[in-house]
Amino acid sequence: MDSIEKSLLKEVAALDALPVGAYNIRTNGKSSARNTTANIDIISKTDKSGIDIIIKPGTKNQSVHIPVIISQTGLQELVYNDFFIGEDCDVTIVAGCGISNCGGEDSKHDGIHSFHVGKNSKVRYIEKHYGEGTGTGKRLMNPTTLIELEEGAHMELETSQIAGINDTVRITRANLSGKGSSIVIHDKILTEGDQNAKAELSVELNAENTSCDLISRGVAKEESVQQVDIKIDGNAPCNGHAECDSIIMDKGVIIATPQLKATNVDAALIHEAAIGKIAGEQLMKLMTMGLSEKEAEEMIIRGFLR
Amino acid sequence: MLELKNISFTADGKEILKDISLKTDDRFVAVTGPNGSGKSTLMKIIMGITSPTSGRVILDGEDITDLPINERANKGISFAFQQPVRFKGLRVRDLLDLSGEKTDKKSFEKSCAILSEVGLCAKDYIDRELDSTLSGGEMKRIEIAMTAARGTKLTLFDEPEAGIDLWSFNSLINVFEKLYNKTSGTVMIISHQERILNIADKIIYLKDGSVVEYDDGKKVMSHLSNSLPDVACKILTEKNNCVMGGNL
Repeated sequence: MDSIEKSLLKEVAALDALPVGAYNIRTNGKSSARNTTANIDIISKTDKSGIDIIIKPGTKNQSVHIPVIISQTGLQELVYNDFFIGEDCDVTIVAGCGISNCGGEDSKHDGIHSFHVGKNSKVRYIEKHYGEGTGTGKRLMNPTTLIELEEGAHMELETSQIAGINDTVRITRANLSGKGSSIVIHDKILTEGDQNAKAELSVELNAENTSCDLISRGVAKEESVQQVDIKIDGNAPCNGHAECDSIIMDKGVIIATPQLKATNVDAALIHEAAIGKIAGEQLMKLMTMGLSEKEAEEMIIRGFLR
Repeated sequence: MLELKNISFTADGKEILKDISLKTDDRFVAVTGPNGSGKSTLMKIIMGITSPTSGRVILDGEDITDLPINERANKGISFAFQQPVRFKGLRVRDLLDLSGEKTDKKSFEKSCAILSEVGLCAKDYIDRELDSTLSGGEMKRIEIAMTAARGTKLTLFDEPEAGIDLWSFNSLINVFEKLYNKTSGTVMIISHQERILNIADKIIYLKDGSVVEYDDGKKVMSHLSNSLPDVACKILTEKNNCVMGGNL
């Protein structure tokens, strides 16, 4: 792995060295390092590009890292990663994709992740997308995350795209068909320049006592455009909450579309949405503590997207 | 030494401040007067949040009138807002770091000391977000603690007693006394509280944008309670409002 690839790995998975536990590192379209454990197996798909990650029932306090690194200009890939998480697990999964494109051709990673989470399992999923490079070729990423939760399962997602991706369509769809299952999604996007980002977060609450909390935070700088669609369908006695909060700057454009649908009289669904610029008094407060206006702005955004 | 030279401020055709000139190198200066007398505007002009229509602000002989807020802050001015500002995502720890008190493990004790001065336990508050999950009273105490922690040569407090809720007033006085002892600078407080006015070295009494009286604290207090009954009454009314929860 060269220094560019190492720094990408650090950006997307906070890794300085190979991680502890199970991992699969995909570099320029190929698996470059893999480790499995007694409880976590990783198998390459034979019919298409991608891997199956199989986590045995009862696996607790273990983690899987599956970062993707692209440093070759013009590389385009479509990858399927399927996670099968057994019953009574408690695991952390760290994914993420970093593209460094210094060439003239577009580099693209489309990842389709599907999660099957067994009864009473807890999954924490962290996904970071990051791009860099001085070439004219675009850095493109289109992640799709599909989730099925069984009875009593709980999943928390922290997904973010903080810098350098020219164009993205991010889709996260969850089907809560198991009684008492719940999901929390924190999605963060920062766009700048002429970048475009579209995000869809949709959750179907299909069983009794299911719940979801969807939190989307976006910052659109310069001439970038963000579109966020948040949907909750309440088809059973359930609780759904969605919050969509954006900071608009410069000539940015933000379109936030909440959609709540209830087909059951005991579905309680709430949505909050706000778009606004950084408040002048926030800048002033930080300036009274010695920061320049620019430093204050950066600190406010950093906190907002934390 | 802070010097204001012929400060005037007009907004929407209304004169908020009228040709104010004063010098102070006293340690503890209270600014008082009825609502709308221009007290907050005067402080904001000293901090640079508001630009005067005319006049100059001089700090230790240097004209700082045209300096931005942050440069004044770095020259040694701090300002506690009357209405503390909320931030989604920023934590108490982040702002304490800016106060010059690094909140890593080693200095956790320091943060603890800063927050306990305003009656808050650092363990419970250091990682709290400065958002709507904190009450107005909690925000106000944190604001006072952070401002005092900077320990600058000029510290401005805009009605620190307003919205202090259940926290004891004595503790607030303690914060000022400690700050007074820690820095060799000036603490300037907008207040209607008799107990704060009583301990002030000097009092600036503003009315309708003009300095009616600027003198030794005790002298001004005796005038306020004797020869200006309407003013004393006003101060008392506002004090009661503060006790009831102030304007937060």
